[in-house]
Amino acid sequence: MSKKVPREQYEKTLTWRLKSWFAGEKDLLLDEVEMKPQKEFKEDAAAARKRKEDHERVRSLIYDRDRNVGIRFFERAYQVMSVLFCLFLVGTLLLAVSFLPSFGNPENPVNNEVAERYIEDGLQETGAVNIVTGMILDYRAFDTLGESHVLFIATCTVLILLRIDKKKKTGQEYPEESDNIYEPKDDLILQTVTRILFPTIVIFGIYVILGGHLGPGGGFSGGAIIGAGLILYLNAFGFEKTEKFFTAKTYKCLSVCALGCYALCKSYSFYTGANHIESIIPLGTPGAILSSGLILILNICVGIVVAGTMYTFFVMFRKGGY
Amino acid sequence: MNIFTYLLLGFLVVCAVAVSLTKNLLVSISIFMSYSLVMSVIWIILESPDLAITEAAVGAGVTTLLFFVTLKKIHAIIRSEGKEGDHTDE
Repeated sequence: MSKKVPREQYEKTLTWRLKSWFAGEKDLLLDEVEMKPQKEFKEDAAAARKRKEDHERVRSLIYDRDRNVGIRFFERAYQVMSVLFCLFLVGTLLLAVSFLPSFGNPENPVNNEVAERYIEDGLQETGAVNIVTGMILDYRAFDTLGESHVLFIATCTVLILLRIDKKKKTGQEYPEESDNIYEPKDDLILQTVTRILFPTIVIFGIYVILGGHLGPGGGFSGGAIIGAGLILYLNAFGFEKTEKFFTAKTYKCLSVCALGCYALCKSYSFYTGANHIESIIPLGTPGAILSSGLILILNICVGIVVAGTMYTFFVMFRKGGY
Repeated sequence: MNIFTYLLLGFLVVCAVAVSLTKNLLVSISIFMSYSLVMSVIWIILESPDLAITEAAVGAGVTTLLFFVTLKKIHAIIRSEGKEGDHTDE
């Protein structure tokens, strides 16, 4: 038979600590957990009833619902029409999907002479072993230039929306300024793991960028990997360390240089009538790292822009400026 | 291999439904992250490893982080007050 133990004694046992840790109230090692999920919104029945009654009264006062037949008809019809519209939309989309060609069928209209040309002549014309990279950075490099600019414009928009102006301090301080939510705590585990992982992540990202024309990968993937690594470093060591090598100025310089370089490399197709397959640069032996003309340079440019963009997104969301 | 693919696809559907059904925002973001991870495995099965790399880095990594930071900004994650709050400036 187990006997009843007093509350204080029970709170010292391992079972209680495990249980409370599982419930997210207490941490086993620290006293409290760093953050806990938001409490569920609960409203007692009387307040809910009163809120509903108020809502009804205000609505009937505003619209004069007793005498206004049109409003009542509109409300009824609105509900019916919304359901009908949703059903119509679902039906149309499902019907459209059912007309799609089956997956992987060689007779599909996608497999036309364009894809044939890419697959058969891609290696000779672009020098890239990876056909996908040859496609997006040589045949369709101009589209990729636009995509890089879309990313850059997205960063600019985030900057406009989230930037906190440091020079304009007019007494109205943001409550977050004094809070410590910007600076991470000195988490020993995170820092040790980051010391090991960060160089590996960055080197893997550089490998993915540089090997974009030889194997799977390319500028966007590698840039995203490097950006994620930078974010990890920032979370472990805080802004003081990262601002030694990456500030807003660095980002501006890097992205403007990369986008300008890309535009310079590819803007000649304006003058050749969008025919930019013929290149002066020798293509080299397929499979070597210094091959396939401009693709390597373009990959590096895209990688720099994407890595900077990822990192800047995070900083803007976190702090609102470097 | 085929069974594995179907398992992953089923997990994808379960994740997609669970994201919209959970009331806790933190949990739903975590489920969203697992959705991205499963999706990256499916990209590998569909023989496009470059997409798998991008999906893992962007979908599971950066997007989730941005969601977490946004939740913190709008105070959807309550920070428990305690003695850990003194590491203001270091």
